[in-house]
Amino acid sequence: MLNRKVLSALGGLLAAVPAFAYESSYNLPHGVTQISEEVRGLHMQIFWICVVIAVAVFGVMIYSIVTFRKSKGAVADQTLLHSTKVEVIWTVIPVAILIFMAVPAAKTLVKMEDTRNAELSVKVTGYQWKWQYEYLGKGVSFYSTLDTDSNYARQTGSGIDPNTVKDYLLNVDNPMVVPVDTKVRLLLTGNDVIHSWWVPDFAVKKDAIPGFINEAWFKAEKVGRYTGQCAELCGRDHGFMPIVVTVVSKEDFAKWLAEQQAAAKTATTTAPAAATAAAL
Amino acid sequence: MAHADTHAADHHDHDHKPSGIGRWLFATNHKDIGTMYMVFALIMFFVGGAMALLIRLELFKPGMQFFDPGFYNSLVTSHALVMIFGGVMPAFVGLANWMIPLQIGAPDMALPRMNNYSFWILPFAFTLLISSFFTAGGGPAGGWTLYPPLSLQAGDSFPLTIFAIHMMGASSIMGAINVIVTIMNMRAPGMTLLKLPLFCWTWLITAYLLIAVMPVLAGAVTMLLTDHYFGTSFFNPAGGGDPVMYQHIFWFFGHPEVYILILPAFGVVSEIIPTFSRKPLFGYDAMVYATASIAFLSFIVWAHHMFTVGMPLSGQMFFMMSTMLIAVPTGVKVFNWTTTMWRGSLSFEPPMLFALAFLFLFTIGGFSGLMLAIAPADFQYQDTYFVVAHFHYVLVPGAVFAIMAGVYYWLPKWTGHMYSMSLAKWHFWLSTVSVNILFFPQHFLGLAGMPRRIPDYSTQFTDWNMVSSVGGFIFGFSQILFVVVIWQCVRGGEKATDKVWDGRMDGLEWTVSSPAPYHSFETAPEIH
Ligand SMILES: [Cu+2]
Repeated sequence: MLNRKVLSALGGLLAAVPAFAYESSYNLPHGVTQISEEVRGLHMQIFWICVVIAVAVFGVMIYSIVTFRKSKGAVADQTLLHSTKVEVIWTVIPVAILIFMAVPAAKTLVKMEDTRNAELSVKVTGYQWKWQYEYLGKGVSFYSTLDTDSNYARQTGSGIDPNTVKDYLLNVDNPMVVPVDTKVRLLLTGNDVIHSWWVPDFAVKKDAIPGFINEAWFKAEKVGRYTGQCAELCGRDHGFMPIVVTVVSKEDFAKWLAEQQAAAKTATTTAPAAATAAAL
Repeated sequence: MAHADTHAADHHDHDHKPSGIGRWLFATNHKDIGTMYMVFALIMFFVGGAMALLIRLELFKPGMQFFDPGFYNSLVTSHALVMIFGGVMPAFVGLANWMIPLQIGAPDMALPRMNNYSFWILPFAFTLLISSFFTAGGGPAGGWTLYPPLSLQAGDSFPLTIFAIHMMGASSIMGAINVIVTIMNMRAPGMTLLKLPLFCWTWLITAYLLIAVMPVLAGAVTMLLTDHYFGTSFFNPAGGGDPVMYQHIFWFFGHPEVYILILPAFGVVSEIIPTFSRKPLFGYDAMVYATASIAFLSFIVWAHHMFTVGMPLSGQMFFMMSTMLIAVPTGVKVFNWTTTMWRGSLSFEPPMLFALAFLFLFTIGGFSGLMLAIAPADFQYQDTYFVVAHFHYVLVPGAVFAIMAGVYYWLPKWTGHMYSMSLAKWHFWLSTVSVNILFFPQHFLGLAGMPRRIPDYSTQFTDWNMVSSVGGFIFGFSQILFVVVIWQCVRGGEKATDKVWDGRMDGLEWTVSSPAPYHSFETAPEIH
């Protein structure tokens, strides 16, 4: 059973080489933001540039290995020592390719850093080992922790098969909720150590550093559930503080926000009431 | 050659080679010290490799089967420290000790007693590091980069790790001084700098890099130490410190360190490819200048390790562009090696096989490095298995394969015996196939979204992790063959000629007997 799995995996490795460029389980996701699509474009562009160079360089290497063999009677050409001309050529061509590549990369980078005109600001704080989301100016704030099922299964020697757990390690109790087609600005910081907030589908990865506030933004264009993980080693349970963002329609978001605000209000009003009751 | 043989034979008699344990404890001979460095590195490769196999064991399937996540983090941290500071660096220092005097026509290294200290510090440093596993709180678990504030949360392992790093640094600086002084002062008459073998050139530049950056690392970790125990707040935000400053200082060391690990590998490969292509190295001058350019650029690219920390846009632009530039001199090197083979007369002895694998697989690591330079895309790659795949491609089939190529190239010169070519070829094929099964799928894992340094993963990553682990175990156990080949070669075997290989042997090391005489060149050879 194990052998078959390994064999099929090895087969998959071979099959994956041509499929590499397209299959999303081997490749970056297209994502659901304009930026994530652009980033994927850059990634594929530089990938194909590398492939073309690889074909040329590896081609010459393989040709040499096959053709210029001593066992086939090849005699070394002792005059081929240096050539300023070719050195200049293979310096200038890569420089040109790099400039060709740097221009679109710089453009995307500028866009990624432009956090102006955000319609919603959420402060994200990394803790060992959970996330806190504060909707600035909305009076809504909550923690987001690994869900109970994953947490039971992930204990060392739990004996629970992770395949039986829904969204193993990529599920939380309280996901972050944002409206679709809305520019959301994130203000990231860390409470204890450095964490990094990463959701591949938004192409956002930014460190959450104690004493710093970092900015990032995304504008999700599709309703859905998007997951990510903490991407900076942050201690024992670094692998167990996932990120789940639920993108909902603007109406659903308004409804969700109202519910949260109402819940927050009852929490604050009942708490003092309970305290008075206890004092009496 | 007959003359050299008799010379070597009677050499043996008045060589007053010290005997017993004292020969090693008080060693001042560059060959003895070189041998100790190589043996130490080999042991450390197995220690670090065992840690890697434990990591791959835990990652074979999702779920935490064996370890506590904290112990897993200690494995990840120590694996890196052991491999970098205990494996690759000492292995190259060992090669330098053995080969630099032989290649420049000198009797020994310039500073033999310091050479002894620089080696004997290492076993103590690594005893400290590994003993930290048995302290309260376990081994260092904050990653080899020791980023604060996380690294400041460590238990009693912390001072042990810091002192171990201080000691390794002192050792490296002494080794580097020795290399520089030897190459600058002890070259045979007529050996101008631009006649220096490339292995010596790359080591000379590496030695300058070491002297430039090891003190920076020492400073950074000392500040961590005072933050932890003496109430300073260099990096502690609670006291007004700046954790990002640590990363800048660390990577100002860390990026040149990457080239410290790879430049000597370039040197080894630049020796081997011409030999077995039976043609001089193409573009020697360009190779030297490319090495120097890489070294220079290595000082101005450090923050590409930190694109996600939130640098200003202009900073990100600068580090993206400067990083992309490194592809140019690196490309020059690859093109020159390729052209060296062009219209050559190639044969495929084990050192050449490893050098060729280096050429292909290091280049793959170079390509992923170029991809990582693209800052917007780097946000997706940073701290994922894509990065793990990248640096393992440049360090394992890159640096480590170059070390193995160098060992297979010079081993007959060291021992005086040929080794089993067929066993060495088995070692080569097993290593080369399995290293790709091990690391290539990690590119897919990273792109599909698996972060690095996690002890457990979501079930969608299972298949590639299994493949990678299988490759890891094959690769790890294949290295036993390497030890067998070396052991047999030390014990005996067909007698090696002075020239050893049927190839183009330009270096001075091939003019002395095999094994090389205890004191390499008592009278300096003339270089024309
Ligand atoms: Cu974290």
